Amino acid sequence: CHRLLPKMEGAWEIAFVLFQVWLSIVVGLIVLPAMFGVSLGFTDIYIKVLVKTLEWATLRIQRGQKEQPTLPSQSANGIIEKDDGSMEEEIGELRRSHPKNLAGGDFTMCDAFYFCKKGIENIVEDQVTQRFTSEELASWNLLTRTNNNFRYISVRLTIIWGLGVFIRYCILLPLRITLAVIGLSWLVIGTTLVGLLPSSNAKNWLSDLVHITCYRICARGLSATIRYHNKENRPKKGGICVANHTSPIDIVILANDGCYAMVGQVHGGLMGVIQRSMVRSCPHVWFERSEMKDRHAVAKRLKDHIADKTKLPILIFPEGTCINNTSVMMFKKGSFEIGGTIYPVAIKYDPQFGDAFWNSAKNNMVSYLLRMMTSWAIVCNMWYLPPMTRQDGEDAVQFANRVKSAIAHQGGLVDLSWDGGLKREKVKESFKEEQQKMYSSMIVGLDCHEASEGPV
Amino acid sequence: MGLQGWRNVLALKTSKNNNRAAWQRAFPVPLSHSQITRLYSRFHSLDKGENGALSREDFQRIPELAINPLGDRIINAFFPEGEDQANFRGFMRTLAHFRPVEDNEKNKDLTSGEPLNSRTNKLLFAFRLYDLDRDDKISRDELLQVLRMMVGVNISDEQLGSIADRTIQEADTNGDMCISFSEFIKVLEKVDVEQKMSIRFLH
Repeated sequence: CHRLLPKMEGAWEIAFVLFQVWLSIVVGLIVLPAMFGVSLGFTDIYIKVLVKTLEWATLRIQRGQKEQPTLPSQSANGIIEKDDGSMEEEIGELRRSHPKNLAGGDFTMCDAFYFCKKGIENIVEDQVTQRFTSEELASWNLLTRTNNNFRYISVRLTIIWGLGVFIRYCILLPLRITLAVIGLSWLVIGTTLVGLLPSSNAKNWLSDLVHITCYRICARGLSATIRYHNKENRPKKGGICVANHTSPIDIVILANDGCYAMVGQVHGGLMGVIQRSMVRSCPHVWFERSEMKDRHAVAKRLKDHIADKTKLPILIFPEGTCINNTSVMMFKKGSFEIGGTIYPVAIKYDPQFGDAFWNSAKNNMVSYLLRMMTSWAIVCNMWYLPPMTRQDGEDAVQFANRVKSAIAHQGGLVDLSWDGGLKREKVKESFKEEQQKMYSSMIVGLDCHEASEGPV
Repeated sequence: MGLQGWRNVLALKTSKNNNRAAWQRAFPVPLSHSQITRLYSRFHSLDKGENGALSREDFQRIPELAINPLGDRIINAFFPEGEDQANFRGFMRTLAHFRPVEDNEKNKDLTSGEPLNSRTNKLLFAFRLYDLDRDDKISRDELLQVLRMMVGVNISDEQLGSIADRTIQEADTNGDMCISFSEFIKVLEKVDVEQKMSIRFLH
């Protein structure tokens, strides 16, 4: 019994030493270079190897597919042909072959065909519901989670996949968790320390430093490779930065290259701790749940913030919810009513390396972060677009749509007017009423009063 | 869909020889292997309750369908009389009405009678949109109700009534003030039903 104890202590000592070595490697090779914005090139090599492997895997799968028929990928045009004609054009075509009788109104029974066909088309494929689930990949990227229709092809492929599982879960995951813990602790500690200083330029500079280094560490913690375009359009102080929203990681991506004042709801728990310490070093805008309901109060706080030219630009996601990065949905007009210069940013992730979309119905935050940390990598492009301001004669909604189109165009995303809130809510009745009104005007003309002709 | 249905889908995915007869036995709809798998994928994504069948709420969740004035009538077509659940077989069967009509269809051994996507059956589908109580006649009342769905509040009762009257007058040949299916077919004989009531897959 006495002899066991020293052995156990010995084992603990060895473990402790190993842990120290591990930690110093991580800090020395990853954390410190990250903080100084220096890249040692590990991630680049990793990505190159990954690309080669995935290309090889794609070829193998395609070869395997030639022998067996399988599901063709969903092309950007969708799975069914859709006529793009308006209601008037389509119904007009239907009626062309039908004898017309003008007395008492212009209705024919074949009008229903138009609504019927549109309805069936939308049942097979619609523009909205597909935006709330992950994008389907053209070819498998060796992650089980994206394996929808790919079957066993060959032994070699399975071995590579197995190797991938080992690398991702046993090597990358612990590394990434370590980095995330270091990054977040550094954020909390650093911002609290900076908060103790009196207001001064030095304080602002230090606060920016702490924030950026933390986000850089977190980005390494996701193996994020980010390509920035048009850096000359970077948001300036007193402005509002708007971007399309795919996941909470968007914040890490954006904050890697600039400092922003975050806007959001006050949370409890770990998020709450982070929020409170962040606000000590520089002003962010955190709202209580009750405050969020009062639109005027919200607008006033944001207006005050951007009026102060020493404060950092605000970061807002006008969609209000996470969308799957294939489209941009309706921008809520609140942020566009405040005034100030809008700096649009387009973010497009490459789904081949890891699916960044947060499907909050399927995953909670913790399981989402685990999925992120066990993906291959996060690869994305970010474009800074030229600043925009509201023009004369343009109201907030039109301005919001203009910004949305610019972002969609740059990022290669589909520009939709549908509300991202349809993820959880029902569509408003007023849209149906619009359709009914449009159809009514086809039956009785634009003037929907009593017909001059009485019944026959 | 049930275990048998799943087995069928699995059989389709792994079948080495593209045996059309085998597929047709599985589903009474000559769609290609990939099209059926696509539709099953869609069925599954609509089925939020994951119980192998769709309810009316599942359909209503599609925003573009929810704003369609005849949305409720179309959804109703997927549910057989008195039932609240649509399984995959029923889903496919209803969608089969909208397959384009191909001249070289080899489906003589398929079912007795006409295929689901014939011109007549397409017209029958549309007829049933109007025929609310499924008694094979469109009465003035039913026509008025469907018209009301399509126009909302934008047209007065009197005007809508006169539209309904005129429509029935045009179509009714036997004087019973209702439109039977054969009268319906006669009125729409010149309309390009095949084109207007068909959905084309891109693959």
